[in-house]
Amino acid sequence: MSIVAVQLGQCGNQIGHEVFNTICGDVRGTHGLCSKKENEAYHDACTERFFSEAESGVPVARAVLVDMEPKVISQTLSIAARSGRWKYDDQSHFCQKQGSGNNWANGYSVHGPRNKEVIMNLVQKEVEKCDRLSGFFTIMSMAGGTGSGLGAFVTQCLRDAFPTSFILNHVIWPYGTGEVIVQNYNSVLTLSHLYQSSDALLVHENDVIHKICAQLMHIKQISFRDVNQVIAHQLGSVFQPAHTAEAGLHYSRNPLGDLMETLVPHPEFKMLGLRNIPQMPENSLAYSTFNWPGLLKHLRQMLIANAKMEEGIDWQVRPLCPGSSISSSHSTNKLLHFNTSLANLVILRGKDTHGVDVGSFRDPSLYTSWLNPQDAFNVWKTPRAFNKYEKSASLVSNSQFLLKPLDNVVGKAWNMFASKAYIHQYTKFGIEEEDFLDSFTALEQVISSYTNL
Amino acid sequence: MEEGVVNEILQGPLRDVFDSKQLITDVSGSGNNWAVGYKVYGCQYRENIVEKLRKTAEHCDCLQCFFIIHSMGGGTGSGLGTFVLNLLEDEFPEVYRFVTSVYPSGEDDVVTSPYNSVLAMKELNEHADCVLPIENESLFDIVNKIHQMINSGKLGSTVKPNSLITSSAGTTKTVQEKPFDAMNNIVANLLLNLTSSARFEGSLNMDLNEISMNLVPFPRLHYLVSSLTPLYTLADVNIPSRRLDQMFSDAFSRDHQLIRADPKHSLYLACALLVRGNVQVSDLRRNIERLKPSLHFVSWNQEGWKTSLCSVPPVGHSHSLLALANNTCVKPTFVELKDRFMKLYKKKAHLHHYLQVDGMEQGCFSEALSSLSDLIEEYNELDATKCGLRTDPSRLKIAV
Repeated sequence: MSIVAVQLGQCGNQIGHEVFNTICGDVRGTHGLCSKKENEAYHDACTERFFSEAESGVPVARAVLVDMEPKVISQTLSIAARSGRWKYDDQSHFCQKQGSGNNWANGYSVHGPRNKEVIMNLVQKEVEKCDRLSGFFTIMSMAGGTGSGLGAFVTQCLRDAFPTSFILNHVIWPYGTGEVIVQNYNSVLTLSHLYQSSDALLVHENDVIHKICAQLMHIKQISFRDVNQVIAHQLGSVFQPAHTAEAGLHYSRNPLGDLMETLVPHPEFKMLGLRNIPQMPENSLAYSTFNWPGLLKHLRQMLIANAKMEEGIDWQVRPLCPGSSISSSHSTNKLLHFNTSLANLVILRGKDTHGVDVGSFRDPSLYTSWLNPQDAFNVWKTPRAFNKYEKSASLVSNSQFLLKPLDNVVGKAWNMFASKAYIHQYTKFGIEEEDFLDSFTALEQVISSYTNL
Repeated sequence: MEEGVVNEILQGPLRDVFDSKQLITDVSGSGNNWAVGYKVYGCQYRENIVEKLRKTAEHCDCLQCFFIIHSMGGGTGSGLGTFVLNLLEDEFPEVYRFVTSVYPSGEDDVVTSPYNSVLAMKELNEHADCVLPIENESLFDIVNKIHQMINSGKLGSTVKPNSLITSSAGTTKTVQEKPFDAMNNIVANLLLNLTSSARFEGSLNMDLNEISMNLVPFPRLHYLVSSLTPLYTLADVNIPSRRLDQMFSDAFSRDHQLIRADPKHSLYLACALLVRGNVQVSDLRRNIERLKPSLHFVSWNQEGWKTSLCSVPPVGHSHSLLALANNTCVKPTFVELKDRFMKLYKKKAHLHHYLQVDGMEQGCFSEALSSLSDLIEEYNELDATKCGLRTDPSRLKIAV
């Protein structure tokens, strides 16, 4: 089954391009470290998911590119085509000239309805190219106007037009110290709206990825391209084909559905975080070796202590022993900054994945009390190595990972809202104070739910 | 409203750039009288102006913004200029209006410039989306600084001639430069940097509508302090990254501002950094972290930074930075303006020149004065929050 990507705004288009680049590079690479048969099965599964065949033989990405100004899309299309290894469909893009001015209301209430038909037609065309549709993967940033506002509107339209397909929104959390001054407003409005139409929100924080670039990848002058490449690597490690437990010897045919099934047991909890180890500069790869127990131990502690990367993990944080009463463990967990999970998914790629012991992730003390840990944890594997890493492990987690960032954003936005700053820019386009209040209420509810896990 | 300047442009090297049909001139000028510019010429030329505007607008695929460039102290720029501002709002309500205004200095040779400026301010308050005030004194200081740099003959440093912020790249030095050319070129560079992200590619684009969106938290507080760096490039090719950080520091120094004000000791409402050239997001972040502690931001916008990265640097430079700040430091400028206005108004000096114009009454003056006073008061209220300890408003409570 296929995934149709919808790239929204400058951020969405720049990241989308890197994602397809990474996936294509991985599939065509010779570092698979597995049998030819395995490699071919991987290649076929990946192609079915992300690319359609063109007459020229160059794979065409299953993507719709949307932006309200033309520069980024034209750049993205031309860079992809020049690579010669893959390209976008020449027709599958839509842009305007004006931009959204970082204004969520402009993206949602003006550009959205005005261009709904054209955009949905493009989506329909891509959908028709698929034999079977697994669902949609939208890429957007929360801070700006197009990705956030128009993105929220398009997600709603996708939900209305395709009620049985899965929608996974990939959302970029902006840097804490401003890229855009009204980013907190835009974020609050985006998240509250996405929560209604989307199945899950997979979040990447710019601050976190920036740190990874600085400390793990040792990049001196970090550009957005570097940041996007790390994000693309992490996304690829989740979306490239893998064997789910049930599928056994075949690659999973329903990637989005499987993801939702394992990770989103309850509609109130849709925020997913992503961790991937190891991460290092490409030229260090040849000199490094890893073992699975070591990788998994780090990954588990990253989950428990809410560490963003494999350096600087707080090893003091531990789960409480089972047997203590629920209420005391809950408050103590809070004191220790212990990250309680709802559901976790570990994906292992590379050498010797069979026989790897992931029992430590099934520890009931990692999870909230009202779920059976047997259901809360899943592992996917493939012997096919990903993106030149001999061994790589990813963790997709529905847990309190994003509680603090979410609380921060809502707090800052509320602070600004109390002084009514910038509100006139939104009411100009039809978003009133009541709409803001609705959004705040919805997000406080989400915060409360995650806090009480 | 007089022919001399426009004719010069049409005979000069840029004559092919301008469409000779798209101009309106008269003979006698406005006599440094806002009322003549606004009421007399405004009414007289309204149709003509609208028609010419429509023609140019039709050539645009997508019209985003008007730039109005004028001075506040005279008659035409000030009076007819603000009339046109009004007109633009009526005829093209959805198009942004950016105004670059040259404010008169204390020693301005036009006696009635305070009247003209205050009358124009009312229009700017009500009808402009964004105003970039410029003061001749600051431009003059920058020009002097550059002269000193060139003439000081520091050993080993030579300045690239076409990188001067005061020169239009390409013109030879033999052409005699007119007195205000150097100063005006600074303003030209301001406008170039402002629009660079809309004209060229970059990793974090910023359109003009984003400037208004991010820097104007309340409709009337739309006056932005601008500062430009670098002023020149040394021909020394090895530019260590310290120089890059120096560029950011310079942007917050008073020597590089286009108006005389002290933002560091006043309250920032918002700040935008428009970077051009080979600068990456990590450089931006590092410098914002470095500069933040020395700047006071309003309590509800502690991280009020808007940033943009454009890949193409200006001619002759490897990178450049334009900083736009919405800061309460513009208040003293307006207070001074009001004082100079009051000095004349109390004595009713020169008032008759204005009142004898058809459609002009005493009420116009008092309205303009109260508009300016209200604006100053709004800035006062914000300044008052600077010192007090403000508790964060309590969050919404959700029933669990």
